Amino acid sequence: MSTISGLLGILIMSSLINNVVLSQFLGLCPFLGVSKKVDSAVGMGGAIVFVITLASAVCGLLYKFILLPLDLTYLNTIVFILIIAMLVQFVEMFLKKFVKPLYESLGVYLPLITTNCAVLGVALLNVSDEYNIIQGIVNGFATAVGFTISITILAGIREKIAYNDIPESWKGTPIVVITAGLMAIAFTGFSVLR
Amino acid sequence: MDNRRKGALGLAADTPLERFFNGVITENPTTVLVLGMCPTLAVTTSAINGLSMGLATTFVLALSNLVISLLRKVIPDTVRIPSFIVVIASFVTLVQLLMAAYLPDLNEALGVYIPLIVVNCIIFGRAESYASKHGAVPAFFDGIGMGLGFTMSITIIGLVRELIGAGTVFGIQLLGEDTIVGGAVGSVLALYTPVSIFVLQAGAFLVLGTLMALMNRIRRKQEEKGKDVSKYKSGGCMNVDPVLPGEKEGDK
Repeated sequence: MSTISGLLGILIMSSLINNVVLSQFLGLCPFLGVSKKVDSAVGMGGAIVFVITLASAVCGLLYKFILLPLDLTYLNTIVFILIIAMLVQFVEMFLKKFVKPLYESLGVYLPLITTNCAVLGVALLNVSDEYNIIQGIVNGFATAVGFTISITILAGIREKIAYNDIPESWKGTPIVVITAGLMAIAFTGFSVLR
Repeated sequence: MDNRRKGALGLAADTPLERFFNGVITENPTTVLVLGMCPTLAVTTSAINGLSMGLATTFVLALSNLVISLLRKVIPDTVRIPSFIVVIASFVTLVQLLMAAYLPDLNEALGVYIPLIVVNCIIFGRAESYASKHGAVPAFFDGIGMGLGFTMSITIIGLVRELIGAGTVFGIQLLGEDTIVGGAVGSVLALYTPVSIFVLQAGAFLVLGTLMALMNRIRRKQEEKGKDVSKYKSGGCMNVDPVLPGEKEGDK
């Protein structure tokens, strides 16, 4: 398997076929919480792409050059979660100080990502799937793109749902969860790409 | 203040028994507080997966609550969140290693969701809202109660999905062509065709959505009767509303 087509495979696999939210159930909180408007959904997606790609790079490097040589791989959960929490804080401070426009568009979403299971999930999956660092970064990027695709679609649907007449008990979260279920059915169609 | 405040089910507040029933029934984390949705959706493809995930979470929850409660006077307020994360992550690693050693099949089935117990908001939520403010004994039983409440809910969700989606209960074929029930009852049960979408990803969303609608209905009925419904949350961590760019800051 040549490298480029291998990476392309990971890209399609992680963004569409094994969609992070609809098929792996990671990152549900922002998916259901920040999908009221398309604008904020895209903003959240952008922040997730940024953080997950960076986190998979940092965690991949850390795993390869520190945990593996010291034979401490069993500590990966503890190390990764602390690194991710630190990284998000650091990115927030960095953007606030140096990249003001980016901070204004992504900043409010960053604190919500600290304990997002998608970020930790991707870092752990990169290890358990034995991806190298490049593959890990591509996998992280693709997963986050998959998240952005699905949250944007959901937000689009929710903007329309807002005008519908929904039974009282189904208003709010229940109807959104059902919508996500129908999207999950649609996304199983991508499995033919496998 | 009256020391014998009433807690769940009319029991005296903050006693072990009261904490236990509070977690299992009054403030059930899945149905009432709506916390920990990722594992709820992901591992409930069968009752046994739900049960084992629930027990693993209970173990982490009870012990991390205990340790955090014991350390609550030592941990400075400013670094409490990283400290909680370290305590929780240590117990999760413990569970992960124990399961890999003694229950390799289950470990395989639950996969990445075992280490992801770290970011389960039930655990962090209880550490922050209960264990860091109360003594070791009630905190420990709070963890047990919350954990078992979570276990109960996800086992039942797993049971429903497994029965509808595959016709089995804890892996025993009850409905469908290969039913183990004999005689006339068996031939009726054999007519059932499993609806496999319920064990697929989409089924998880559909079942959870229905459950939430049911809880909404119960909440509305109680509200009509004039009961206090403030403990019911209609979305848990899902209702995070960030202050959006352009809107007024400081609303949150």
